[in-house]
Amino acid sequence: MSTATTHDALAHARSQAGTQNPYQPTIPSTDAADLPDGVAPQQVIWEETIGPGGYSARQLPLGTIVRLTDTAGNACANVLVYNALRPVERLNVADTVKVQWQAYLGAGALLLSDMGRALMSIAADTSGHHDALCGGSNERRNEAKYGSGSVHGACPNSRDRFAVAIAKFGLARREIPPCVNFFKGVRVAPSGDLEFTGGAGAGTYVELRAELPVLFAVSNTPHVLDPSAEYNATALRITAWRSTPTTRADALWSSTPEIERAFLNSEAFLQEWVATGEATAP
Amino acid sequence: MGSDRRSDRTVTEAPTGETVVLDEIIEARAPWAQHVPAGHTLRIIDLEGNQAVDFLVYNADDPVERYSVPDTIVEQGNIFLVTGSRLMSNEGRSLMTVTDTTCARHDTIGGACSQESNTLRYGFHTKQQHACVENFLLALSEHDMGKKDMTSNVNWFMNVPVEADGTLGIVDGISGAGLSVDLRADMDVLAVISNCPQINNPCNGFNPTPVRVVVFH
Repeated sequence: MSTATTHDALAHARSQAGTQNPYQPTIPSTDAADLPDGVAPQQVIWEETIGPGGYSARQLPLGTIVRLTDTAGNACANVLVYNALRPVERLNVADTVKVQWQAYLGAGALLLSDMGRALMSIAADTSGHHDALCGGSNERRNEAKYGSGSVHGACPNSRDRFAVAIAKFGLARREIPPCVNFFKGVRVAPSGDLEFTGGAGAGTYVELRAELPVLFAVSNTPHVLDPSAEYNATALRITAWRSTPTTRADALWSSTPEIERAFLNSEAFLQEWVATGEATAP
Repeated sequence: MGSDRRSDRTVTEAPTGETVVLDEIIEARAPWAQHVPAGHTLRIIDLEGNQAVDFLVYNADDPVERYSVPDTIVEQGNIFLVTGSRLMSNEGRSLMTVTDTTCARHDTIGGACSQESNTLRYGFHTKQQHACVENFLLALSEHDMGKKDMTSNVNWFMNVPVEADGTLGIVDGISGAGLSVDLRADMDVLAVISNCPQINNPCNGFNPTPVRVVVFH
């Protein structure tokens, strides 16, 4: 098509609509397909497939469940979480593992903030291959490993993806803490050595429940301990729907004393914002 | 940048054959911050034994570049800091190198105690106890930094094993009176210490004590 005139350029631009890309959001989100059992299209607030090296970020209302799916078996979801109402509060992986006396993430674990609150809980997990210790890549690491690390090149790094993702919410580079990684596992040997355990295969998923209103940022870049010399990354599918936060009626609430106090601290925070005090209490 | 937070107690004993530029006692439970030029060595001495020293380090010229736990443990493939370990930044550069230590190993994954996390770990009665994050925020505030500049820290002289099933925790220490760690600055850095005030677990033997810091070259 000609783009020699403004009218030609307009027609050319509009003719591109409807192009299908395997890596894009579903807009409107209620058009989402292949939903989990029991989830109606009207509940869906975010569906997007992130390509290799890509990223996305969204603000999620209290109670939202985000399902991350490793559709082709080689996704690595690098995830950061902030308190959406006061984003100076954010994920703290050291507190997450220390407070829960557990280095390995799985169903029933909380993602804790640096203010002693539950940001999100892991509501479901069919992978079992996750990592809270090794963080995301930076440009130097990818440059050394793949020969390229810039976000405008073939091997984007997680840190720069996060810098841009959170910049769109007004946050600065110094506000990038260590992230957690889903779909690629690491274990610690008695010697302290880090052992990469890879992924669990295509089709596994993890579901995270927002226990506060959160800013959720994800990049899909290879794990820093992935032994492959190739930048191996495959699609990461995101499906998020409206639901409810954990309440006292749920087994998770009082599953451990530490988790119960984290939920109580999150509830107390919401009382700063909800004058009636009816935020989550039954 | 604000003025460095320094102790007013000084001692005179010095490493043999080195030029000592600073030699101080950090009181029990106290914060401390000091610029360390490239090539200088910061020695931290556990004077009375089993005193956790929570430690952050920043590129002095651009503190957005700072210590990164994940980059550090991935760089060496191991969670414990020993002689030869490099403290890596979030941009993948070496901030400081452990040139020597007489304590068998040091912790990277336990993070800092805070009033808020203490409420989860021990109960709401601990909310007003002093904690490392309190020290870090105060020290950072004197260098035009704040909570956004916090990140997870090193714990010198602290013992945090990880069991096969992932269980981890702060257990009885493996340090002792007079053990030390030497950190050579690989660039001009700001070193920030919280001499850990925790009294609810064994990281300080339930009795926080002073430590000594010496900078020499």
